[in-house]
Amino acid sequence: MKSLLKFITCGSVDDGKSTLIGHMLYEAKLLFADQERALELDSRLGSRGGKIDYSLLLDGLIAEREQGITIDVAYRYFTTDHRSFIVADTPGHEEYTRNMAVGASFADLAVILVDATKGIITQTKRHTRICALMGIKHLVLAVNKMDLVDFDTEKFAEIKEEFSRITTEFRFESIQVIPVSATEGDNITAKSPNTPWYKGLPLLPYLESVDVHTSDDVKPFMMPIQRVCRPDHTFRGFQGQIEAGRIAVGDELITLPSREKAKVKRILVTDQDRNSAHAGQPVTIQLDREVDVSRGCVFTKDNQLKEADSFSATILWMDDSVLTPGKDVLVKVGTKVLPGTVTAINYKIDINTGNTVTTDHLVKNELAKCEFSLADGIVFDSFEKNKSIGGFILIDRVTNMTSACGVIDEALQGSDNVVRIDTEVTRDVRAQQKGQQPLTLWLTGTVLDNLALAKEIEKRLVARGYHTMLIDNRLGESVQQIAAYATLLNDAGLIALVPAGSANDNDQAIAHDLIGRAFLPIEAAASIEEAAQDVVKRVVKALIQDSYSI
Amino acid sequence: MDKLMLDSIDATTHLDQLEAEAIYIIREVAAECENPVMLYSIGKDSSVMLHLALKAFYPEKPPFPFLHIDTTWKFKEMIEFRDRKAKEFGIKMLVHSNQEGIEQGINPFDHGSAYTDIMKTQALKQGLDKYGFTAAFGGGRRDEEKSRAKERIFSFRNKNHAWDPKNQRPEMWKLFNTRINKGESIRVFPISNWTEKDIWQYIRRENIDIVPLYMAKERPVVNRDGQIIMADDERMRLEPGEKIEMMKMRFRTLGCYPLTGGALSEADTLDAIIEETLGAVSSERTTRVIDQEEAGSMERRKREGYF
Repeated sequence: MKSLLKFITCGSVDDGKSTLIGHMLYEAKLLFADQERALELDSRLGSRGGKIDYSLLLDGLIAEREQGITIDVAYRYFTTDHRSFIVADTPGHEEYTRNMAVGASFADLAVILVDATKGIITQTKRHTRICALMGIKHLVLAVNKMDLVDFDTEKFAEIKEEFSRITTEFRFESIQVIPVSATEGDNITAKSPNTPWYKGLPLLPYLESVDVHTSDDVKPFMMPIQRVCRPDHTFRGFQGQIEAGRIAVGDELITLPSREKAKVKRILVTDQDRNSAHAGQPVTIQLDREVDVSRGCVFTKDNQLKEADSFSATILWMDDSVLTPGKDVLVKVGTKVLPGTVTAINYKIDINTGNTVTTDHLVKNELAKCEFSLADGIVFDSFEKNKSIGGFILIDRVTNMTSACGVIDEALQGSDNVVRIDTEVTRDVRAQQKGQQPLTLWLTGTVLDNLALAKEIEKRLVARGYHTMLIDNRLGESVQQIAAYATLLNDAGLIALVPAGSANDNDQAIAHDLIGRAFLPIEAAASIEEAAQDVVKRVVKALIQDSYSI
Repeated sequence: MDKLMLDSIDATTHLDQLEAEAIYIIREVAAECENPVMLYSIGKDSSVMLHLALKAFYPEKPPFPFLHIDTTWKFKEMIEFRDRKAKEFGIKMLVHSNQEGIEQGINPFDHGSAYTDIMKTQALKQGLDKYGFTAAFGGGRRDEEKSRAKERIFSFRNKNHAWDPKNQRPEMWKLFNTRINKGESIRVFPISNWTEKDIWQYIRRENIDIVPLYMAKERPVVNRDGQIIMADDERMRLEPGEKIEMMKMRFRTLGCYPLTGGALSEADTLDAIIEETLGAVSSERTTRVIDQEEAGSMERRKREGYF
């Protein structure tokens, strides 16, 4: 049986992209007889004086352009004696960056076209960057229109050298540079007599033979759980696709994030019992003991996977809306979806040059380094090591649009950089010393000005001898961040006051989880004077009774 | 790298990859979508989809029902096949027909394109709305026609079941976004990347049962404007001068019998069908095959009565 190669072509019509693919299909006899006749007939009317215009075969995109329809990814399917191919044909212009990214995310290899008369241009650099970002490891640079530069070996060497210069910053596993003429057919399916100095394979034979098999099989075993299979009380299996490595019956694996160890009792590859399974296979795994695992958890044999609730990442913003820090989003990593917040935009990366620019917002098709904070921890790895749990998408919580895609760079230590040291002086000791209990007053509601109310409450509490601290969220920090500050204040034995804005059940639940027993939600509706009086009364009562159930 | 490792790499064929991709998608929908359904049209693509669903959840049954939109004009053998398979696999098979259409006597002989709209398109919307399905698996493939070549695997429908090709969500890696607002729904195409050839090869590899109408057999047919139409029941109307004859023939696609043209054929085994199907799209000059079905093939299907 043949293997499958998924590849993407990058370049514009001017580079001869459609002609290149068209010619490849034609030369490789991959057309129906009727298609071939139609092509010959159509070409007689064309601009090549009766010579065949191969680009007519891929007229879909050209027609789209003429009609001004949004240009999108189109998929084509073909088979040769050696391999099956799926090619994603994507637009090359900058305004269609996101469409190209969609095509690239699906591919194992990219064929990037340059015009030999023009050499490496800005567009080439952009395409290379997007391919690298989306995880493509194998490149072909097709130096087209070699006939127009008289198959000049020096010209070719120049382009090849410049390309190797611009690709050094990325980690491609293979790069093949091929001199071609799409219109004349040099080095498309057969070695061209015009380029005796080129020792490599022509384009199609190269695509038929290139090994794009990633090293997924030899990495440590890893599988994100898609679902728990429970047909009846006697069977509990974990279903997912193995993303790296292999697993065999009897192997011990580790569950994340619960960090339990268990042995594999049974492996089903689809509906067949197997002694072992490897990367790329859909499996159902039964373990020898009960574990705390559900969808979104990860099985591994390796202890190197990371777990964090905040990380930095490189993202491609794809939404029509503008991204500013503080935006609440849903983050999907592997099979896990979690609420989170974009806490910072560190800098924007010029998609053409790679230069960095500081910014406070992002618009569609911009690339940037950002920081994220999540409602809970996620298991992840660097995109380089494990694509399937290193890449993520952002989903808009209101429109449900897929607003961005990104790759995780590293976990953020964040507040972990400066840590509170646990000593014998505990939270209780500190609170006792102040004659109070630590509390976080979480003020919600839209009727009153929460900040003004908080100030009023604080004034009254301090007047009664209590120790407080009021924190306000001016920079759109995430609820997790605010909760962390409040917890720190509580640890110091203080009463924290947080004007949290409008009531949001989700945020409130997150805050409650993180702050724990000291959490005291307050939604006030009367006048500030009355509300403050009322709240203080409740707080004092709570402090006296040492009870938080008010 | 040891021998064992190499074996496992070699063992992954393009059909394995396509199967793994489809199963991953089917499991994601079952895990994330509130109320999914798998559309079942009884054809060969549906047979493959059902087979994939059974494999995806084994030993559990597919955790969603199947829905057949019955125009009431399907071949008898299709209906028998549907009921037999539902029983054999123990799956929940829902059948919906447009009752208003039936009451109004809408039929393929008198109502032309209105028939298709009322008994198929409207009936499908009714069926999905009736059960409040939020996600519907379909067996559409990108090689079928040019517009499908650009459709995402997860394709969004608004409250009126309409698709907006200009506003498709970007689909990256395997990170499918299944979020919708109330009233909206998703059509999911797990076999988007399969070609007709892949379908047939997979049917052979997996021994998937298909409706016998795909195999050549002597059948009562009428030659109408160059199309071979089977007289499947007494409702078949004959034009003046037409007569029913027995001919050895088979169908390449299945639908409503008065609208589905067959072809004279001797192919009565799976291998013979595969040979015939793949042979038909080969250029004379080569044994290589292009899987891309061009505009001509859609036209061909339309001529055969495929809608």
